[in-house]
Amino acid sequence: MALWRVPLDAEQIDVTLGIVHIIKERCKGCGYCIEFCPKEVLEFSKEFNQKGYHPPRVKKPDDCVNCHYCEIICPEFAIYSIEAEQEQANP
Amino acid sequence: MTIAQEAIREATSHPLDDLLRTERIPHIWCPGCGIGTAFSSCLIAMKESGIDLEKTVMVSGIGCSGRGAGYVKLDSYHTTHGRAIPFATGMKLANTDLNVVVFSGDGDLFAIGGNHFIHAARRNVDITVVCVNNFNYGMTGGQAAATTPHLAKTTTTPLGNPESPFNLPLLAYAAGASYVARWTTLHARDLTTAIQEALANPGFSFVEVLAPCPINYGRRNKEKPLDTLRLFQDKSIIKNNAHPTELDVDWEKGVVLGTFVNNPRPCSTDMYDKTCRLEEKPEKKTAA
Repeated sequence: MALWRVPLDAEQIDVTLGIVHIIKERCKGCGYCIEFCPKEVLEFSKEFNQKGYHPPRVKKPDDCVNCHYCEIICPEFAIYSIEAEQEQANP
Repeated sequence: MTIAQEAIREATSHPLDDLLRTERIPHIWCPGCGIGTAFSSCLIAMKESGIDLEKTVMVSGIGCSGRGAGYVKLDSYHTTHGRAIPFATGMKLANTDLNVVVFSGDGDLFAIGGNHFIHAARRNVDITVVCVNNFNYGMTGGQAAATTPHLAKTTTTPLGNPESPFNLPLLAYAAGASYVARWTTLHARDLTTAIQEALANPGFSFVEVLAPCPINYGRRNKEKPLDTLRLFQDKSIIKNNAHPTELDVDWEKGVVLGTFVNNPRPCSTDMYDKTCRLEEKPEKKTAA
């Protein structure tokens, strides 16, 4: 989603980095996470899962800001994100 | 390679897995079905609201959304068709400590169970009702329901629905619900907040969730699941405290979303105790 203007304090804001986790076998390929990711981080992968759907793939891993929207809109409990520092603390 | 790139890996468990019967996942809901989103918002709201999950019960009726009770790893009750609210009311009366959440569909709650809904709202029973409105009877093959919009095509209305649909928030408001909200599955974050508020509200709380039904409703109305969500995005008007008469589902003029009623009043068990159990509380009697 493009911003209308850059906020004045944009440089002082610490943007968190999120790491997207995908449970491929649960995905039914509805594409909601791909379509509605505000940073357009995801895309359909070429591979199939066991059920024959194309699960999403992270195309821009450094852009994820850990907003959890994919996690909340996914009807299949198949995707979530974790903040990068937390991930390193307890892998 | 950056840290993020290294860390992308296939995950095996989800943060909500502790509330799910994972042996039953993946669930039966079709690809693109909105019930999964409504269900996950409901679980997140239950988790974040801090209520005692040991004392929380989920009750469902029959239909696609009725499967919700079977997927949640809490005490749950899959009841007969339309009777989710009577079972929930009974449970609440028998054990007032329980937090009772009714998670069911529009056909179940408003067509066959409509009478139970209005009377539970009138009595102001302390339960939370989450109604997934997918505009048709999805599980039985997409027949016209009480909530099918005017002119929408279903298996039983191939020329378009000649009738007007129910305005569910108006019905809930008129019957006396003390919390009424409506969101779509696209507004999942607002929906989660609304369910949290509904859980905290003492009294009858009603949250309507507009959800896509891609296979039975969307297919007959030439809407792909993503088209339905874009419709939710483009044609919805967020207006908190809007008057319930403005809330009819007409996508031509836009559908109003928001929290419409938040007006707590004494709930049924309190009123019963005040009226019929005076002798059990002598200290209150003397104080009055």
